[in-house]
Amino acid sequence: MVEIRFHGRGGQGAVTSAELLALAAIKEGKYAQAFPAFGAERRGAPVLAFTRISDEVIKLRTGIYHPDVVIVLDPSLVKAVPVVAGLKEGGLVVLNSKKGPGDWKKELGRDDVQVASVDATSIAMEELGVPITNVVMLGALLKAKPLVDLEPLEEFIAQRFPRIAEQEIKAFRRAYQEARVE
Amino acid sequence: MAKRTGIEVSIAIAEAARQANVDVVSAYPITPQTHIVEHLAQLVADGDLDAEYITVESEHTAMSACVGASAAGARVFTSTSSQGLALMNEIVYLASSLRTPVVMALANRSLSGPISIWNDHSDVMNERDTGWISIFANNGQEAYDLTLMAFRIGEDRRVMLPVMINFDGFILTHVIEPMYIFDDEEIADFIPPYEPVCVLDTDNPITMGPVGVPDVYTEAKKQQEIAIRESRPIIEEVFEEFAQRYGRRYEPVETYKADDAEIVLLAQGSVIEAAEVAVDLLREQGRKVGAVELRLWRPFPFDALREVLCGTSIKQVVVLDRCISFGGPIGPVLSEVRSALYLEKDRPMVVGVVAGLGGRDISLEEYVEMFDVGEECLRTGKDSGEETDLVRIVGLRE
Repeated sequence: MVEIRFHGRGGQGAVTSAELLALAAIKEGKYAQAFPAFGAERRGAPVLAFTRISDEVIKLRTGIYHPDVVIVLDPSLVKAVPVVAGLKEGGLVVLNSKKGPGDWKKELGRDDVQVASVDATSIAMEELGVPITNVVMLGALLKAKPLVDLEPLEEFIAQRFPRIAEQEIKAFRRAYQEARVE
Repeated sequence: MAKRTGIEVSIAIAEAARQANVDVVSAYPITPQTHIVEHLAQLVADGDLDAEYITVESEHTAMSACVGASAAGARVFTSTSSQGLALMNEIVYLASSLRTPVVMALANRSLSGPISIWNDHSDVMNERDTGWISIFANNGQEAYDLTLMAFRIGEDRRVMLPVMINFDGFILTHVIEPMYIFDDEEIADFIPPYEPVCVLDTDNPITMGPVGVPDVYTEAKKQQEIAIRESRPIIEEVFEEFAQRYGRRYEPVETYKADDAEIVLLAQGSVIEAAEVAVDLLREQGRKVGAVELRLWRPFPFDALREVLCGTSIKQVVVLDRCISFGGPIGPVLSEVRSALYLEKDRPMVVGVVAGLGGRDISLEEYVEMFDVGEECLRTGKDSGEETDLVRIVGLRE
């Protein structure tokens, strides 16, 4: 089972990221859960969302405290919240950043983990015209860890964003191409 | 054929109400609500469900509208949670005593104060004696299936009682997971149109809900008690028909690896599946443990519970309550399980724990701790007395 924690800010669509990933996994015949952190969400405040993916039925419904993967949608969050807290040894961190993975490993103080970084905000601004990185970051995630195929995920992206499907998918593919993984 | 699909549990429950072709939905659509009534409102507005959607100014009125609509012969659905249900309370009693088979999807959540709308079972336990049939689901699929079955059970002419389907708020309602959703045609003949016994009709006037003077009140209450007691075989009939048609089997009391278990954890709702993970973990260490799910809460399945717990390998039951009976016997589930076993000669010891209040997560380690409580109790041979009467909360910060 792979457990994933998404860090975002209220309104950035972290919950949507978690859901799209789960829907794609379920479509592939896997088992998956997507759920938000159950708090009082406010626009701009740090929020969490979670996805579990497994080949077997998932009975566990506890929170995720020791994720295999952490995805940070907003670059400012790294300083605001302990994004790698509880991350398993050898886990993966996916960051929205201009800086490369090597620099991040030093900054996070975790040389055991794999880091993927992509300048998701620039991609989102260029392709969508808004700094919403939830779909973009999924591209970087799949580059580092092929949890699901691109196609089913793109299908759900198109369903969720029918009016800007083409732009979202382009941004998603660009992140898949441009993400650097170390 | 039912399609396997990733879907939010709340949306699936709303779909169940649509597939049951409900005539009237009444709900109070703000906190504490779920996407259930939001989705139904959308379906009605889009013309995908031919129903009357009655928005009201409070949950008290929501249930009043439901009872009135049901008395007029409509198939009625509502959903609520937490303080919403508490505000309905007065009319919840009327629904059962007037024998109006309203179906309620109840996303189990806590009661204030301190102000909380997170998950526990305080809301449903407050309704324990309202005379509704009350059934627990432990995952999204079960919540969907049981919502469909609730119409068949409640509207059966041998039953004619309201039914509440319980499923954990947030833990289930806000989760997307894989479920099998029926094609409309596939489920349509499982739920035929509702045929009420008697209806409010201006051309053929009858009185429903008159004053119960002391001369008749006792007899009316006796009839109500007989009605819910006698609903039990019909509930099982519906479970059986569902299993025959669709392959998923439901029982009033269900067990997991309890056949040779010495210690079992007994609980309701989504915690059961997590408890099963703990059982597997402890089984690997050679501990003889299992889990028991009290699915049917009302009518209480005395015989099925005794069959599982008495005269078997089980020596110790740990009951997990998701709310506190303040100043009372720890929690309502413990109280009832103990009471059900009291007269049995060959019965296990029963001890209670409380956990998961107001959205407090229960970790896997804490489920293990609950089995440890059972082991300690079994070792000392004490399941009653001052120490065990204290409310023992697992996951409490000291």
